[in-house]
Amino acid sequence: MMDNNEKFPRKRPFSLQMDLSKFSPATDEEKEQIVQMRESTTFFKDGIKKLSKDPFAMISIAVLLFIVLTIFIAPIIVPYSYQEMISVDGVRDRTAMNLAPFTYSVNEQAAIKSGEKIFPHIFGTDQLSRDYFIRVIYGTRVSLTVGLFASIIVLIIGLIYGSISGYFGGKVDLVLMRIVDIIYALPDMLMIILLAVVLDATLSQALDGTILERVGTNMISIFIVFGLLYWVSMARLVRGQILSIKENEYILAAKALGAKPGRIIRKHILPNCISVIIISTALQIPAAIFTESFLSFVGLGVQAPMPSLGSLASAAREGLQSYPYKLLFPSLMICLIVLSFNLLGDGLRDAFDPKLRR
Amino acid sequence: MSEILLRVKDLKTSFFTNSGEVKAVNGVSFDLEKGKVLGIVGESGSGKSVTAYSIMRILTDPGKIVGGSVMFEGTELTSLSKKKMREVRGKKISIIFQDPMTSLNPVYTIGNQIEEAIKLHTERNKKEIKARAIEMLTLVGVNEPARRVKQYPYELSGGMRQRVMIAMALACEPDILIADEPTTALDVTIQAQILELMQELQKKMGMAIIMITHDLGVIADMCDEIIVMYGGRVCERGNAEDIFYDPRHEYTKGLLHSIPSAVKSKDRLLSIAGTPIDMLNLPTGCPFFSRCGKAMKICLNEPPEEIRVSETHLASCWVNIKDMIDAEKAEEVK
Amino acid sequence: MWKYVLKRIGLAIFTIFIIIAITFFAMNAIPGGPFQSEKAPDPAVQRMLQERYNLDKPLVEQFVIYLDNLLHGDFGISLKTGRDISTIIGESFAISAEIGGIAIVVALIPGLIFGSLAALMRNKWPDRVIMFSSTIFVAVPSFVLATLLLLIFCLKLEWIPVWSVNNRNYILPILSLALYPMSYITRLTKSSMLDALGQDYVRTARAKGVSESRVIFKHALRNALIPVVTYMGPMTAYIITGSLVVETVFTIGGLGTKFVSCINDRDYPLIMATTIFLAILLVLLTLVSDLIYKLIDPKIKFE
Repeated sequence: MMDNNEKFPRKRPFSLQMDLSKFSPATDEEKEQIVQMRESTTFFKDGIKKLSKDPFAMISIAVLLFIVLTIFIAPIIVPYSYQEMISVDGVRDRTAMNLAPFTYSVNEQAAIKSGEKIFPHIFGTDQLSRDYFIRVIYGTRVSLTVGLFASIIVLIIGLIYGSISGYFGGKVDLVLMRIVDIIYALPDMLMIILLAVVLDATLSQALDGTILERVGTNMISIFIVFGLLYWVSMARLVRGQILSIKENEYILAAKALGAKPGRIIRKHILPNCISVIIISTALQIPAAIFTESFLSFVGLGVQAPMPSLGSLASAAREGLQSYPYKLLFPSLMICLIVLSFNLLGDGLRDAFDPKLRR
Repeated sequence: MSEILLRVKDLKTSFFTNSGEVKAVNGVSFDLEKGKVLGIVGESGSGKSVTAYSIMRILTDPGKIVGGSVMFEGTELTSLSKKKMREVRGKKISIIFQDPMTSLNPVYTIGNQIEEAIKLHTERNKKEIKARAIEMLTLVGVNEPARRVKQYPYELSGGMRQRVMIAMALACEPDILIADEPTTALDVTIQAQILELMQELQKKMGMAIIMITHDLGVIADMCDEIIVMYGGRVCERGNAEDIFYDPRHEYTKGLLHSIPSAVKSKDRLLSIAGTPIDMLNLPTGCPFFSRCGKAMKICLNEPPEEIRVSETHLASCWVNIKDMIDAEKAEEVK
Repeated sequence: MWKYVLKRIGLAIFTIFIIIAITFFAMNAIPGGPFQSEKAPDPAVQRMLQERYNLDKPLVEQFVIYLDNLLHGDFGISLKTGRDISTIIGESFAISAEIGGIAIVVALIPGLIFGSLAALMRNKWPDRVIMFSSTIFVAVPSFVLATLLLLIFCLKLEWIPVWSVNNRNYILPILSLALYPMSYITRLTKSSMLDALGQDYVRTARAKGVSESRVIFKHALRNALIPVVTYMGPMTAYIITGSLVVETVFTIGGLGTKFVSCINDRDYPLIMATTIFLAILLVLLTLVSDLIYKLIDPKIKFE
């Protein structure tokens, strides 16, 4: 006879106490109820889902898209050119200097009275009677283009260099990384300035008549220095990623399961690299824009009369007290672009960084 | 029967995450007697570590104790003030963790870290504290303790670091030592050394030990009582003989059968069917329901009551009650 | 470890050498060379140049002479004024160093405090306010900030007078230089504090009965500071280049303004010398911060 515990002192009522049907075996469906497998997603789908839930990232994307749209559409709508000095009836209008936003010059007002339609100066005009709005738009174009291309250069060179170094390892890696160390130690801004000064003295005549004349030697020096110096962080990043991935056990596991090298690279190495690369690039763009506008501010940017947000801000210092808006518009634009890219980069990092995933 | 140091009754701890409430500990009870070794066995996610952290009240956000009681020497620990709880930690109840590398602060010497524990809980002067630290290192078998005291964690091997952790935990002679998977991160040979050390120290200093592990081998040798946990609940409890030779819970049986045997190498490796439980979706009944070969309808909805199998052995499994009912019926028929 | 220190110092010296070389040879790529005597306004200066720079000797020899001069502290003479460059740099650098130095402190200490505060009060209002402001400020380049501050505080509100040698008011330039690094340090500190607070050794400290404030200040902070030290190098670079602009905007007679104006004047010897001087400064300061980092990070210490 079994020794029951105190909870069931009498055997007989025991079997009457409990509903015996409950003791029949459970069916498989009943078991399935409990096991709710979470739907499997790919790394990217999961990341994009996360990103779409980040309000700041989404707003930044919207803002950037809006800006890009504007810089394409505005030159079509606004009849002024960035270097055009306002003239009425073919004569340069000297009263159109430094107009406040949405005002017309004396001559323009006269023309309107006589029936002419004149497009408003949304941001006013500058001291050379040029429409400021279109100049800010073109300045934005320059900044964004420089930022984008410089980042692409950094991406390509850094990616190739870092992959070679990381993939081959050993002596190759050692030598390549020594070179990186030296380049990393060079002061980039000073090199850009130096190069700009030198190129300006040597190349400016050579460029006359070519497409590059409008862009100017300074832009070339920016791109050269970016190509020579700025890629090192990206290279280090890529190399680090590849090294750590190579040593990861899941690579070994994949190999043990018989996966071919191509598949290993595609499914294991790349996804871990790409997220880091995308995040790094997204944060590189505002850094490049910073650099470009800084140089423009000190006079080493795009060739005048092509405007840049930095040179506009610098020019606004003259007559700052009387016409503060000339400073505010380009400054606001720079900050808006950089802020959007920063927030987007942060959002991308939160969504895609494999280390941060919970 | 010696005095009961720690009485945990129906402890419930949950983590309130963005995805919902995770009931990591869902009604755990046990007693710990003075000088005895209690083993808590379970797989990852069974709630064994969280139980320990709840006792010590070192849970991190978003974890909270939501029910039950922890009585230590007559005091209710769950409602103790923060200040008073700090006086218990390290002095009355100590804990050592799984990975000694990350559990020691890399920027301070090991001497500094051991001395910190001593300084907090005793009234000794600097010289005495330093001496005590060296004394502890000797006790745990660290060679050249006077030199080691000035070293940093990075300069020591894994086994030595765990010895340092033990020294730090025992420096104030606590009544209870909780060891949370102390050997999991170590090599097998070092594992044996550390376990031996712990048994030695336990005999010398007489403290009670709660040994948390997923390794059945570790449990078998050391423990006076063993509890098996799954899905936040206690499945079965008893001494080593009860658990190993007369398992009464399907999970325990599954665990024991899945140990590969060097002898019976022809048979396939038996594993427990199904996937580990999703802690966000705990059933109201037995947590092992979906993986249990003998699951019954009652197991889905009603948490099993604890049945006494013998004086030392209890199990929480409806199958046992069914067996009893069947036995009754058989009796009736006769 | 000392082997590492020597290696690093060696690398720094090598880098400086490369910079001087690049600067020298780049400058000499300009048609007519940097010491164009035709550009000099004054025949007396022309003669001085001819003598000083041995313009008739081959380029490599000129380079060696230049290096030798540098080692003796002779940076050459200004094309524009004929004055000794080392004196020019010496005078103006004192001002820039003061502003830059204070800016570093202003960036570092509040940055650490705000970052730690944000980490400790996570998701409560101090955290949100601090993170919000630092995110904004990290998007504002120093020249924009400088010009805006000039506009608002000097010109419109007239709270702070314009800088002049007799009336040295540093607060605005320092703010313009320090706000970006301070915000960066704030964000960096917050994340590294949170990281440290999540580590196992913090759990151990709590398990020993250490009070919460000690856990934070003794155990976590010490580890959280380590990544911040790595930022010291880039921060110095930012402040040096930022000072070019900030000094120009506030019309401060420091090395930055000198540099910008000599670029516009095409005063090549001065451009060369200032570039080299600033580069050396940067390399040395980065070296110092690198060494400090390697010294306090225990992982590296014991490699």
